[in-house]
Amino acid sequence: MGTEQLLKMENIVKTFPGVKALKGVELEINKGEVHALMGENGAGKSTLIKILTGVYHHNEGSILLDGQNVTFKTPIEAQLAGISTIYQEVSLIPYLSVTENIFVGREPKTRIGTIDWKKAHKDAAEVLNNMGISIDVKKPVNTYSTALQQMVSIARAISMKAKLVVMDEPTSSLDDKEVEVLFNVIQKLKQENVSIIFVSHRLDEIYKVCDRITILRDGSFVGTWPISELSQNQLIASMIGKSETEAAQLMKMKEAVNKSDEKIVISLKNVKQGTRVTDVSFELRKGEVLGLAGLLGSGRTETAKVIAGVSSPDGGKLTYQENEIQFQSPGHAIKSGVAMCTENRKTEGIIPNMSIRENITLANLKDFSTFGFVSKKKQDKVVNEFIKRMGIKTPNAEQKIKNLSGGNQQKVLLARWLALNPSLLILDEPTRGIDVGAKSEIHSLIDELSKEGLSILLISSEFDELIHNSDRIIVLREGRKIGELTGEKRTQDNIMKVIVENGHSSESYGGEDQYARI
Amino acid sequence: MQESNVKTTQINPHLEKKFRYPLNGEMVKSFSLPIVILILFLFNSIFTDNFLAATTMWNILLHVSTTALVAIGMTLVIATGGIDLSVGAVMAIGAVVSTFLLDYNIFVIILGTIIICALIGLFNGAIISYIGVQPIVVTLAIMIAGRGIAQVLTDGYLVSFSNPSYEWIGKGKIMEIPVPVILMFLVAITAFIIIRYMTFGRYIEAIGDNEQAAELAGINVKKIKMIVYIAAAVLAALAGMIETARMAAADATRIGELIELDAIAAVVVGGTLMTGGKPFIWGTVFGAILMGIISTTFNMNNIPYSYSLIIKAVIIVGAIYLQRANK
Repeated sequence: MGTEQLLKMENIVKTFPGVKALKGVELEINKGEVHALMGENGAGKSTLIKILTGVYHHNEGSILLDGQNVTFKTPIEAQLAGISTIYQEVSLIPYLSVTENIFVGREPKTRIGTIDWKKAHKDAAEVLNNMGISIDVKKPVNTYSTALQQMVSIARAISMKAKLVVMDEPTSSLDDKEVEVLFNVIQKLKQENVSIIFVSHRLDEIYKVCDRITILRDGSFVGTWPISELSQNQLIASMIGKSETEAAQLMKMKEAVNKSDEKIVISLKNVKQGTRVTDVSFELRKGEVLGLAGLLGSGRTETAKVIAGVSSPDGGKLTYQENEIQFQSPGHAIKSGVAMCTENRKTEGIIPNMSIRENITLANLKDFSTFGFVSKKKQDKVVNEFIKRMGIKTPNAEQKIKNLSGGNQQKVLLARWLALNPSLLILDEPTRGIDVGAKSEIHSLIDELSKEGLSILLISSEFDELIHNSDRIIVLREGRKIGELTGEKRTQDNIMKVIVENGHSSESYGGEDQYARI
Repeated sequence: MQESNVKTTQINPHLEKKFRYPLNGEMVKSFSLPIVILILFLFNSIFTDNFLAATTMWNILLHVSTTALVAIGMTLVIATGGIDLSVGAVMAIGAVVSTFLLDYNIFVIILGTIIICALIGLFNGAIISYIGVQPIVVTLAIMIAGRGIAQVLTDGYLVSFSNPSYEWIGKGKIMEIPVPVILMFLVAITAFIIIRYMTFGRYIEAIGDNEQAAELAGINVKKIKMIVYIAAAVLAALAGMIETARMAAADATRIGELIELDAIAAVVVGGTLMTGGKPFIWGTVFGAILMGIISTTFNMNNIPYSYSLIIKAVIIVGAIYLQRANK
């Protein structure tokens, strides 16, 4: 790894009407280094990256790439200069082949001007091979997992001779194994002297792959450190601008409360749905936080969707507040007091062009209206209360939700579900892609709500999050419940152990004989 | 609509320049149409003889009233992210059905026609919502089949009649204002109130903006979509009756011909996004009026009709450009 400098952004200032988004930020990247860019949502990370990649234009400051003063007017100019971006949501063309996605717009041509498919496929396979991946490049990308799709994006970047790859939360939709693959690719890139800017909210990942870290706060530059010289608590403290002890407080564990004599709110018995949920049974009591653990594809979300009336079960029994029931639609579930905050904020959560007020009141708009006429006064009262309670950062309730940061959008959605006054709240990845500050706020909210008697079903890929928030954890694998952890047993190691051990047994049954274990 | 949305700029950096001017994107959207109409109006009052006469005004509005009615229904459909190509055919069916009911009381004529046409809307909506066929496919089928049915019902003949109370809908006036114009404004006001102040309007907007999220928020998406297609068909029926009453004849071949395209154009010019989302009822009405004024301007100045088509096209493209910039 050289210490030769690749990029130097100096005193970058960016103003939007009414907002100074960046107030003189620095960023220095060496060749072949993995550089973490951290900060809460709204700290200016994305703005800085968008300036670097030519999406926005800075008002002041300079960008030196390989010692040359540059400004990119368009993303294409930045790409041609060797800066590629891998976005959070994979931005490939789903039905085109891997090859086509890698070379789209730059297809190799034969002498008569048609696309030279032979060469294209060969080159594509070669680029991927160099990354340690061998897949059939002729297949459409959407036949591959999210992780592989991301690898294809990276392959595209490499094939464009990128010197600097910007990865904006590349791991947020990957499971643990897939993250491993990504990290291997990152190591390979490093060896080839490619630099990487790595944006992630997951601290463990930052510590695993990054060499140095730059922290931003409220559009200002806080500092750059070698990662080895900055402890987790120091990192969090400088991100949120609080003392280390306060930061440590945020990370503390939840003490499990035994709720086994409370009333059962919902119980599932041998519930089946499609191929993803084969046999799930559990009970959730009043005021309890039940964690649902498992790897990607283990049927967590699908189980939740059965409960929330999004899909109907093919078998099994669902009992809600002592009545056997099957919710016909999300609307039916909502009316009965079951709310689900889905994992995909963008596609399943927000109504982007509607205001915060309308987004919060959408699910129970009828409660705010008489004879079909919506009362803005009634809405305002509730909405302003929630904005205050949840600490939603916005000038007013009339802002379009799409203009808020991820963390604030999530708070608005939580407000939408809490406004229903539900008896059961399902939270599917409630803190995905959210900064540490908002994350800890959501965590303390979960705690508060359960103390008020709300039952919560918490789904998260971060075992940490489950352990820190749930009273009890259920582990799913291949659509069936394979274990339950209570009290002191709720540790990362135990969760992994349950998944691995039961994995073998279920595989030896061929995954078909569901009654074998009963 | 006029709230200055400071942060919108962050979405689209290319817009920044615009914000140095006092007019921001939202305002351009809400005021540009009336301003263009005003300019055309001033131009006409100076250069076109007789333009300022009251009769000319009412004639323009009378001329656009049926398009505007159909376009209001279309606005609702488009706001949910759909489209309804069958409105012209529904007008034709409505026209024919109304002539079958001529022997009855005027209320029976109107109500009967509306019910028959509402059933077609229900059919559209049911297929789209419950079977999940794309709106453009279903309504295209009905557009073709519907006109065929209307022609079969009349054996392809023009059905003329004399029925003063029915004809009044098309020809009548209340205090010098033509009845169709009154109907147009009544419908527009009603639609505006529903869109702006009622839950139904919020649901339409939410579905058009993010259907999946709307459904997960407990909105009965299927029902709302059905209602929207029924509304479009009912308004088409109304427009069909107005035209029939005005001519005192039902012409299954010509009535409502290509009106779906004018209606869609009015919606687009009016600022409602083709991809769905916030519906602009007055935008649509002004959009229809704008097109009417352009035609009238060309007519009264003896400029060939074909030129007015070209100008209309330029306006539609311009409107879409404005929408893109403001997205």
